[in-house]
Amino acid sequence: MSRRKTERLLGLVVCLLSSPRYLTAVQIRAAVPGYPESFEAFKRMFERDKEELRELGIPLETGFNSPGDDEAGYRIPRQAYVLPEIRLEPDEAAVLSLAARVWRQAELAGAAAGALLKLRAAGVDAEDTAQTGIEPRLLAGEAAFGPLWEAVRDGRPVMFAYRAAGRSEPQQRHLQPWGVVNRHGRWYVAGYDSDRDAARVFRLSRIEGDVRFSGPAGSVIVPAGTDVRETVREWDTQPRAERTAVLRVRQGAGHGIRRHATPVPDGSASDGTPGRGAGPGAADGWDTISVPFSDAGWFAEHLASFGADVVALDPADLREAVITQLKGALA
Amino acid sequence: MSASGKSAPGKPAQHGSAGTSTARLQRLLALVPYVVSRKVVGLAETAAAFGVSERELVDDLNLLWCVELRSPDPYCPIDLSYEGGEIVVSQAESMDRPLRLAVDEASALLVALRMLAEIGQVASMPGLDEGQALNRTIAKLEAAAGEAATPSTQVAIQVDKIAQQAVLGQLRDALARHRRVHLSYYVPGRDEATERDVDPMRLLIVEGRTYLEGWCRRADAVRLFRLDRMLSLDVLDVAAEVPAGAEPKDVDQGLFHPSADDLNVVIELAPLGRWVAEYYPCDAVEELGDGRLRVTLRTPDPGWVRRLALRLGENGKIVAPVSLAAQVREDASAALAQYA
Repeated sequence: MSRRKTERLLGLVVCLLSSPRYLTAVQIRAAVPGYPESFEAFKRMFERDKEELRELGIPLETGFNSPGDDEAGYRIPRQAYVLPEIRLEPDEAAVLSLAARVWRQAELAGAAAGALLKLRAAGVDAEDTAQTGIEPRLLAGEAAFGPLWEAVRDGRPVMFAYRAAGRSEPQQRHLQPWGVVNRHGRWYVAGYDSDRDAARVFRLSRIEGDVRFSGPAGSVIVPAGTDVRETVREWDTQPRAERTAVLRVRQGAGHGIRRHATPVPDGSASDGTPGRGAGPGAADGWDTISVPFSDAGWFAEHLASFGADVVALDPADLREAVITQLKGALA
Repeated sequence: MSASGKSAPGKPAQHGSAGTSTARLQRLLALVPYVVSRKVVGLAETAAAFGVSERELVDDLNLLWCVELRSPDPYCPIDLSYEGGEIVVSQAESMDRPLRLAVDEASALLVALRMLAEIGQVASMPGLDEGQALNRTIAKLEAAAGEAATPSTQVAIQVDKIAQQAVLGQLRDALARHRRVHLSYYVPGRDEATERDVDPMRLLIVEGRTYLEGWCRRADAVRLFRLDRMLSLDVLDVAAEVPAGAEPKDVDQGLFHPSADDLNVVIELAPLGRWVAEYYPCDAVEELGDGRLRVTLRTPDPGWVRRLALRLGENGKIVAPVSLAAQVREDASAALAQYA
């Protein structure tokens, strides 16, 4: 932005902020230097300036000083403009700096920095030195975050192409977004899916292409009592590990699976069949362990990744799934 | 590459970034109240607080001083001086207070503060939960932000329970007393439990996972260790010696820093294997139609790729290097022989 434009916008803010009365466009042009002579050119420039001030969050009001006025004027009410008094103790200022650092490279980094600037301007001494021994960070990530956050903030419905897990083609989805949640380091959006007529959760990394607004701001109603964290948690929670697998694991290998294991002490499989293997430390170089699992398909993939070091003995469907998995890798 | 995480390309919001038009106006609107609230403040300190050079700051101050309104009578609403490196604002008119927080600004801080409060709970962190500084700050910020604070409840960063409370406590003790630790650490890429001595540097929570960053005396380099992969940990009665040149990893740029020595691997994925592109940073991702993908990724560890290929089964095929694809087939037939 040119220096002249900055000067003009600054003059406009000071002028409207200082005036207790609504000022008409003509009065503004007379007071603020930098506008062109031609009234048409002035009007165009003034329109753009108003837009820029509003984008900065400056409360620019339009109204009449008295009912008899025929032209509306503008003002910035001081009460709506100023940040209310805020005093922070040193420990509070310290956690505030730490909070601003959480976003650092992530989507709301600019907003966090802007907030810190205003709070410093309000007299808060937020130094960037807080030491807590543990530093949380979000990484720059999803392109969809920006537009979805805007949609959530402004209550606007959205549409986007979404590729559900395992689907070959993305599908167009329509969502009234309720909130955006980061869980296990991944971003999700929860809301009302108008195609499915039900609450749905979408993973941002599976959104393809642009997120587009499909309705006006303020048209999304978040149902009373909605807890978006809870919505996402329910959707994401894995079933409890209810089944038990019996595995043979080569000694000195399979650490990744042993960590979840309970040894089979008497050398029997869980169904009581004797002699199927031996407990830890058996002489044949293999241990028999049992491990809880929930989904045979997923667990079979995990077991296959250990190659010839782990053998699924039981149950039969798990054993078959591992064999299928390995044949797939062989093909 | 064995840790999972992602650093997919994405643009951070450009909101208020230095140098843009709106950024300067925002800075000017904050500058006057910044000085007014401190009565007198040094040029250098102010420049640092605003993230600009002293020259840029002086340019800002001159611009503020030059603001003139012409009607009804010409006057200059702002009067200030910066003689001797000290800024004093003697007249600020209506500019003496900062602009209220925008929704995005209030949300960025509130969401992060609530996340910190949750970390304080799950990790019982002194400094984060003692004295309730977080709760007090959240309350004050909500009050100051007013209506702008409302949408922030629609964004949440959930913090995973840190199951390794005992390990966490030991590590904090080691950090506080500058002690070396001995780790038995699981490396999934090689399915190995490794033994190593580490001089702790800091604890990090990135992408929902808790890590120890430290100088690994086995690798002679800075390494990140996931707490949930520590099989056992002993705090040694030896002082930690982090070499002076040991730089903390720039985790903001992602957890993975590919090296020129890494192996380049090309994998073709069926729709059910697409998760690979979500979980691991790929150098290239190409749509092949019908939901199939071709990804290129780099890793220092061929063993990790072999395990990945076995896990993928028919949903992922290594295209290059060919020798690695042959090894995966050997791995699979050796494993199948166990079921014969």
